[in-house]
Amino acid sequence: CTCAMCFTLICAGEENWVDSRTVYIGHKEPPPGAEAYIPQRFPDNRIVSSKYTFWNFVPKNLFEQFRRIANFYFLIIFLVQLIIDTPTSPITSGLPLFFVITVTAIKQGYEDWLRHKADNSINQCPVHIIQHGKVVRKQSRKLRVGDVVRVKEDETFPCDLILLSSSRDDGTCFVTTASLDGESSHKTYYAVQDTKAFNTEEEVDTLHATIECEQPQPDLYKFVGRINIYLDRDEPIARPLGSENLLLRGATLKNTECIYAVAIYTGMETKMALNYQSKSQKRSAVEKSMNAYLIVYLCILISKALINTVLKYVWQADPNRDEPWYNEKTETERQRHILIRAFTDFLAFMVLFNYIIPVSMYVTVEMQKFLGSYFITWDDEMFDEELGEGALVNTSDLNEELGQVEYVFTDKTGTLTENNMEFIECCVDGHVYVPHAICNGQIMPGAASMDMIDSSPGPGGREHEELFFRALCLCHTVQVKEEETVDGIKRGIHQGKATSVYISSSPDEVALVEGMKRLGFTYLRLKDSHMEIQNRDDEIERFELLEVLNFDSVRRRMSVIVKSSTGEYYLFCKGADSAVFPRVISGKVEQVRARVEHNAVEGLRTLCVAYKKLSPAEYEEVCHQLSSAKLALQDREKKLAEAYDSIERDFILLGATAVEDRLQDKAADTIESLHKAGMKVWVLTGDKMETAAATCYASKLFRRNTQILELTTKRTEEQNLHDVLFDLSRTVLRQHGSMTRETLSGLSNEYHDYGLIIDGATLSAVLKPSQEGSGGNYKEIFLEICRNCSAVLCCRMAPLQKAQIVKLIKASKEHPITLAIGDGANDVSMILEAHVGIGIMGKEGRQAARNSDYAIPKFKHLKKMLLVHGHYYYIRISELVQYFFYKNVCFIFPQFLYQFFCGFSQQPLYDTAYLTLYNISFTSLPILLYSLMEQHINMDILKRDPSLYRDIAKNSLLRWPIFIYWTFLGVFDAVVFFFGAFFLFDNTTFTSNGQMFGNWTFGTLVFTVLVFTVTLKLALDTHYWTWINHFVIWGSLLFYIIFSLLWGGIIWPFLNYQRMYYVFMQMLSSGPAWLSIILLVVVSLLPDVVKKVLCRALWPTTTERIQCKRQCLTTEQSTVFMLSQTSSSISF
Amino acid sequence: MMASSYSAKEEDGHHPGASGAGGAAANGRKPDNTAFKQQRLPAWQPILTAGTVLPAFFAIGLIFIPIGIGLYVTSNNIKEFEIDYTGTDTSSPCFSCYQNFSWNSTLPCKCSLPFSLDQPFESNVFMYYGLSNFYQNHRRYVKSRDDSHLNGNLYSLTHPSKECEPYAHRDNVPVAPCGAIANSMFNDTMELFFVHPNETRSQIPLKRKGIAWWTDKHVKFRNPGGNGDNLTAAFQGTTYPVNWHKPVYELDADPENNGFINEDFIVWMRTAALPTFRKLYRIIEKKSSMTPTLPSGNYTLEVTYNYPVHSFDGRKRMILSTISWMGGKNPFLGIAYITVGSVCFFLGVVLLLIHHKYGNRSSSPDIAS
Repeated sequence: CTCAMCFTLICAGEENWVDSRTVYIGHKEPPPGAEAYIPQRFPDNRIVSSKYTFWNFVPKNLFEQFRRIANFYFLIIFLVQLIIDTPTSPITSGLPLFFVITVTAIKQGYEDWLRHKADNSINQCPVHIIQHGKVVRKQSRKLRVGDVVRVKEDETFPCDLILLSSSRDDGTCFVTTASLDGESSHKTYYAVQDTKAFNTEEEVDTLHATIECEQPQPDLYKFVGRINIYLDRDEPIARPLGSENLLLRGATLKNTECIYAVAIYTGMETKMALNYQSKSQKRSAVEKSMNAYLIVYLCILISKALINTVLKYVWQADPNRDEPWYNEKTETERQRHILIRAFTDFLAFMVLFNYIIPVSMYVTVEMQKFLGSYFITWDDEMFDEELGEGALVNTSDLNEELGQVEYVFTDKTGTLTENNMEFIECCVDGHVYVPHAICNGQIMPGAASMDMIDSSPGPGGREHEELFFRALCLCHTVQVKEEETVDGIKRGIHQGKATSVYISSSPDEVALVEGMKRLGFTYLRLKDSHMEIQNRDDEIERFELLEVLNFDSVRRRMSVIVKSSTGEYYLFCKGADSAVFPRVISGKVEQVRARVEHNAVEGLRTLCVAYKKLSPAEYEEVCHQLSSAKLALQDREKKLAEAYDSIERDFILLGATAVEDRLQDKAADTIESLHKAGMKVWVLTGDKMETAAATCYASKLFRRNTQILELTTKRTEEQNLHDVLFDLSRTVLRQHGSMTRETLSGLSNEYHDYGLIIDGATLSAVLKPSQEGSGGNYKEIFLEICRNCSAVLCCRMAPLQKAQIVKLIKASKEHPITLAIGDGANDVSMILEAHVGIGIMGKEGRQAARNSDYAIPKFKHLKKMLLVHGHYYYIRISELVQYFFYKNVCFIFPQFLYQFFCGFSQQPLYDTAYLTLYNISFTSLPILLYSLMEQHINMDILKRDPSLYRDIAKNSLLRWPIFIYWTFLGVFDAVVFFFGAFFLFDNTTFTSNGQMFGNWTFGTLVFTVLVFTVTLKLALDTHYWTWINHFVIWGSLLFYIIFSLLWGGIIWPFLNYQRMYYVFMQMLSSGPAWLSIILLVVVSLLPDVVKKVLCRALWPTTTERIQCKRQCLTTEQSTVFMLSQTSSSISF
Repeated sequence: MMASSYSAKEEDGHHPGASGAGGAAANGRKPDNTAFKQQRLPAWQPILTAGTVLPAFFAIGLIFIPIGIGLYVTSNNIKEFEIDYTGTDTSSPCFSCYQNFSWNSTLPCKCSLPFSLDQPFESNVFMYYGLSNFYQNHRRYVKSRDDSHLNGNLYSLTHPSKECEPYAHRDNVPVAPCGAIANSMFNDTMELFFVHPNETRSQIPLKRKGIAWWTDKHVKFRNPGGNGDNLTAAFQGTTYPVNWHKPVYELDADPENNGFINEDFIVWMRTAALPTFRKLYRIIEKKSSMTPTLPSGNYTLEVTYNYPVHSFDGRKRMILSTISWMGGKNPFLGIAYITVGSVCFFLGVVLLLIHHKYGNRSSSPDIAS
């Protein structure tokens, strides 16, 4: 009765709670009077991942494509060309735009078609629904909320379901969520207590209940709801529903014959569908500079057009210039208003010069990124034999960002370390137990299996020891996989006893349970809520499992309440030392603490174990607290936490365990390389400080000479935060000042480096905006300290704090490029937050890998990823961007100059075909291939010498001075082309037969010089000439010549002009044209070559020195080789 | 030219151990081990350093300077004579023609200009007319033509392209040839007389063929209905451009040089690149190897002054020039070659110094830092 009371109270409190839904199981109305039956409308179970339908594809796709600013710009140019009379035909910009749009549309259409197919196959797969006591087959998409569904073993859940009953007696079922989060372990889900008896279709059909639950939310692990069961005319029985009752769409039923469940979220409202909503787009630094350049060029373009328009009207002020007798306007032209004419002229100039912003650059950049990313997936050195997987590229937009990383945030467990836990020792009341050599799951009977380091405990200790082992055997969520279900592989019978495999989402627990097995206590199974343990005397002990207080990262501990066969209630708790020690009231705290700290320094993961006995009355109280918290619909989390807090106190300490997590292969080497490459490496971990620090030493993040600065709760307890921060910053800055002096004097390059250790609590204190506004100040000081530390360790971090740290660094005033690497679900937030997120395909599921931008099998692969691939991608794309702008300045600037000699009449210098094909075919492939193949330095050297990475730090190849240099080079070359040709053409004959050339020959001459110059410029920049480069560079020059010969060789029947007829051939037949082409190409290339050679000789960068060094070595080698050749031939 | 090194890295591309051991677990994810996919294609890796570029600079210097000198000398040996006959100056014989030009006058205005050549022109002499401040490259002008019309297409003949406006129709009769270019065809005629010391004049024969591109005359330009003899009939239903005095089929008496394939017309139709230009007018062929084509002495240029340039401040010139293998007189190319060659040579020397001073430093292996 009290229970019902409290439910009505809760209900009353929830009157205004609109964010809930009521589901009527089997669409049956509740008994009259209980509640008003309001049929709610829910979406059907259709999954729509496709973006387009057959009808809206064209408009929607076009709309989306033209939302990109570049495409829109080209569309405007194209439309202007269509509408007004412009110098170039609309084809010149329409064709490339059409090409780009079509290719993109085809690609997106194909992808969408695949999605449609996948959707259809999912939406049409059959599901079994109970209707009127019978099983009915239906297509999945027709499933509705409230339907009762039958799912058999190995079937996938068609929508989010509440488990009503299962074929297993205890009302549980096992589920694997591999396709959701990659965790292949079996998870247990529970049926509602009151419905678990409904085991046949008919029985299920009689069930009369409603479910109230929250509206769909994307969080996979959170669910709050309540089921009201109407057994008779009385008040309904209400039961809480949690995530342990909720079967998620996409998960698969395992080890359970069949279940009955009711659909509560369908179609696009399932948690899986909500989670597939795309991540935010990340943009690379290169892309940002590209956009900045684009704006510069847009300004140049507009100012060019403006200048020319103004000059045109100044020049035309004389009517004899505007309209000489030989060149009259049409009547309509004359009558046009001057402003309209001026505006049209402005637009026409825009069109004439619009090629300065090339549509093809976007295509080339996209292609470079897309194709280039294959080199990562193809990389043999990043392939892991063990996993059978290589690197994965989830987005190719960030390739070059890999070469720009300044801060690396790494997770510890599973990333730096193997996450392959091994039980090392345990300590009971200060006595240390170490199991024998590793014996794979082998059971060693008796006490022979352990070495007692300390003296044998007394009788009181004996009791604690037994309790300790039992505690570890009981306090966990490990499942036992019976041998026949182990992936089809028979683990078999060993020594006459069935061995079983332990499965858990936490590897620590498995290690602990296995460790216990080696110490003589074997956890057998959980049967009918009873946990069975085989003790050292081969007796089976049974404990009734009453409550599990699950682990969470805030409490950092878990507890179980069990009832022993003798009827005693025990609460066993295990957790992090900081989570357990404050709650301990007796036990040998000092000894255990000493041992824990000792182990932590060794780099072991430690857990403390404590217990308390409960009287039946106390147990009742606990039970009540828990169930009332669990039933709460609002703030259930908070209420549960409060309940846990009040239950888990007054412990008696038993002991501690130590588990080792080995460092990953070459983790130290990788970290060292990253350091040398100028990156700051931060380790963000939830582990305790000592453990984490030990790992950091082991992985060479901290070296012996690193001065450790601590910013921990321990210190801030002694001093206040303010003083500590100022202290540290003073230390760091003094050192920093002296360091710069040293480097200036060039005396010493060996300097003392700092490592900072900060813990989660202090961090939140630092970040907390304080009342008097000094919070921002703290943040600045903290950042200042961090900036001067080569390594930072953040321990005791909650997942969200990791993201906060990344955000903090990202927002600091230098805006450094950050990279986050991690393997677990707790790293996802920081992976998503950082500029580049890298997931490790580790043991803790694939969630990190799925949410990352790149996924690699092991931490050591980060080295090649950044130092080689990142470096290459960066130099490739930066050259690509600079070169593209350069070649279009070269291309368009002569047209601009020509306007001064043709009365600002927008007369194009080049023929339409040249205008169209310049960027599409004459100069496109060499730069694309360069941007795929270029290796300015051998990859082995890049790997060996990480300091080369510093040469490209801070987007150094795309800085403004370099951009201006390229632009000026382009302008210079354009001036050379134009005025070179101008002076040659000026009032003289070019041929040996006295005949004259016209304007198209002039343009063709300039264009030929242009094509040769820009291609050869690229050839001079290429450091890695494979046969493909040769083929493409010489091939595109050849293609230009062949095309020109062909283009001018025929009277083209469908063209209304034949202006290029024989122009190219006539030009080639003239000696001075050849001579001037050679001369102008040489003059255009000369300054760049001189600049390069001088810079290399006088101010070489590290990269250039390395290149030279290799050069010398190889020439020496070849000389030696030649010498030996000659000597051998002589001796022969 | 550039230092090079071939790094043969194909061997590195194949790790026999990796493929052997992993063969058992050869799932589809295992990347292929080709040199291309591992980015280890054999490659030539040149680097531009002072040492490697040096020889190239010296070579360019050594090649360019002689070429430049050769070009300069050739250019200087070319004889060129230019006379401005616009008549802007009151003292000029063509002043009255310049002043009193009217489109309606039926009587051609003639003027004759005396000039003398100090040196004989030995080889073939090419006679050009030059115009200044005439924007043949104005966009409205350049596109004001119809190439299919000029190619003898019968449909285009009577339906000139829109581009030809406002020179496409005259009183609703299609104009042939249409467009601004054709309309403004240069129509001054020039005759050249040698004035013997005894004051008698002998006309110098001017060849009017071979002044247009062969391909233009034979392919690109064609009379309607083939180059048949009855051009008058072929141009039936069209009228001549407004600024012309005679129809297109009366340009020349010679049927091979009449109508659209008149070479003067073709030359004019090739629009010049710059507002100051010259176009080939006539060729004076060398008759015998003994006497120069144009001996030194006095000449008279008889101009029929039809072409008005007064309104746009234009100038008209007559140019006589001999031609070498590198075309007309153009000292620019030679000077440019000499300059570039010398600059390269000079840079070569500078680089040599730099290479000696810094070369060892930059290639020294002390790059441990």
